Amino acid sequence: MGNITEKSFKGKDLVSIRDLSKEEILFILNYAKKFENYRGNLLSGKILATIFYEPSTRTRLSFESSMLSLGGKVLGFSSSSSSSVSKGESLWDTVKTVEGYADIIVIRHPLEGAARLASEASSIPVINGGDGANQHPTQTLLDLYTISKVREGLDNFKIGFLGDLKYGRTVHSLVQALLNFDCDFYFISPEVLSLPLGFKEEIRAEGKSFVETENLLDVLSQLDILYVTRIQRERFPDPMEYEKVKNVYIITPDILKDVKKDLKILHPMPRVNEILKEVDKLPYAEYFNQSKNGVTIRKALISLLLGVTL
Amino acid sequence: MKENDKTIKVSKLKNGTVIDHLKPGTAIKALHVLGIEGGNAISIGMYFESEKMGKKDILKIENKELKPHEVNKIALISPNATLSIIENYEVKKKRRAYLPDVIEGIVKCGNPNCITNYENIRTKFYVIKVSNGEIKLRCHYCERVFKKDEVELI
Ligand SMILES: [Zn+2]
Repeated sequence: MGNITEKSFKGKDLVSIRDLSKEEILFILNYAKKFENYRGNLLSGKILATIFYEPSTRTRLSFESSMLSLGGKVLGFSSSSSSSVSKGESLWDTVKTVEGYADIIVIRHPLEGAARLASEASSIPVINGGDGANQHPTQTLLDLYTISKVREGLDNFKIGFLGDLKYGRTVHSLVQALLNFDCDFYFISPEVLSLPLGFKEEIRAEGKSFVETENLLDVLSQLDILYVTRIQRERFPDPMEYEKVKNVYIITPDILKDVKKDLKILHPMPRVNEILKEVDKLPYAEYFNQSKNGVTIRKALISLLLGVTL
Repeated sequence: MKENDKTIKVSKLKNGTVIDHLKPGTAIKALHVLGIEGGNAISIGMYFESEKMGKKDILKIENKELKPHEVNKIALISPNATLSIIENYEVKKKRRAYLPDVIEGIVKCGNPNCITNYENIRTKFYVIKVSNGEIKLRCHYCERVFKKDEVELI
């Protein structure tokens, strides 16, 4: 493996966090620093296409903001129903058409593997903006970027994941990515929503251990990072089960009394009620910075994949 | 070898390929996986006695020399299968089928939400050999990992 440079990413796709080596991840995170406050015309004349087969206003706006800040233009569609998946033009054909209209594509799709297929159809770079329950690599990169900013690196910290760890795609990808680094995992969830066995095996296969608990207060005071996710009612076959846990995993100023003073709380957003608004003004709240970091990391990625760099 | 005498129950092959030591009951499936249809004469033997395996299936395909990579697909349904190329009644080459690192087109993804179950594309799986000898397959598209017996052959 040669040295990684800005040119290493030119013309590539970003479909899965698996596609990136530790060195590539670190390169991207470091390169992204240049884009923190960048607004200019680096990508003037370039077009980003957003093809969204399910709505995700937040992700779409973040990508659009990124491209516009770089002086590029955006076009695209966002369909509100899943019907577009089952009828009409094949994904392959849509991508083959759109590649004639743009320089880079962001795809969001309810089916897993859709972004991989799009990347195979397309001769221009494709970024996965979320494919079903599978991957959302720019979310993972912005999570890593946020952690590395507040911790000044990605080693030597204790991270707790709270909430829905069974279906939480962001949790799965972040855990996978963090296996490259030296940190301790704490998984806090109701038993029915605990981390799938496969991921636990993967962690063990890396020679690492982890702590699993249903009670946040058991571990909260030890954590440097607390990654909160939403628990959705639909995930519970039995509504009674949901009623039992729905108020257990809510972050209030009160439960934060004995935490480390540099604890940072992250959340992929949007939140519902799992972090109270009163927490926003505490020094622990990092989740809005995290969203802003999303634009920074996406600017850096678009620049790298297009091979037009700062 | 005694076993060999018994396998000759089906008429002796002059030229072609013998696939032996198939898991009992899998011969038809194996033919399907190989994608062999018509043209060549095929003998199918099922539930033959085998010292090693108890029972086994066997396939003989006349006048066709199968390539190892074609036969390797069979390792998925029958890990102990062997391949012999016969020329003028003599065994010219004999080897065991082994699972390739990548399997394309013969396995259906077990994830109902996988794009391969919606779009007309060839499936692709990576073979993961777990330390305890267990075989797992990871879908190139949806990235789900399946145990070998959790997936269906197309
Ligand atoms: Zn799949």
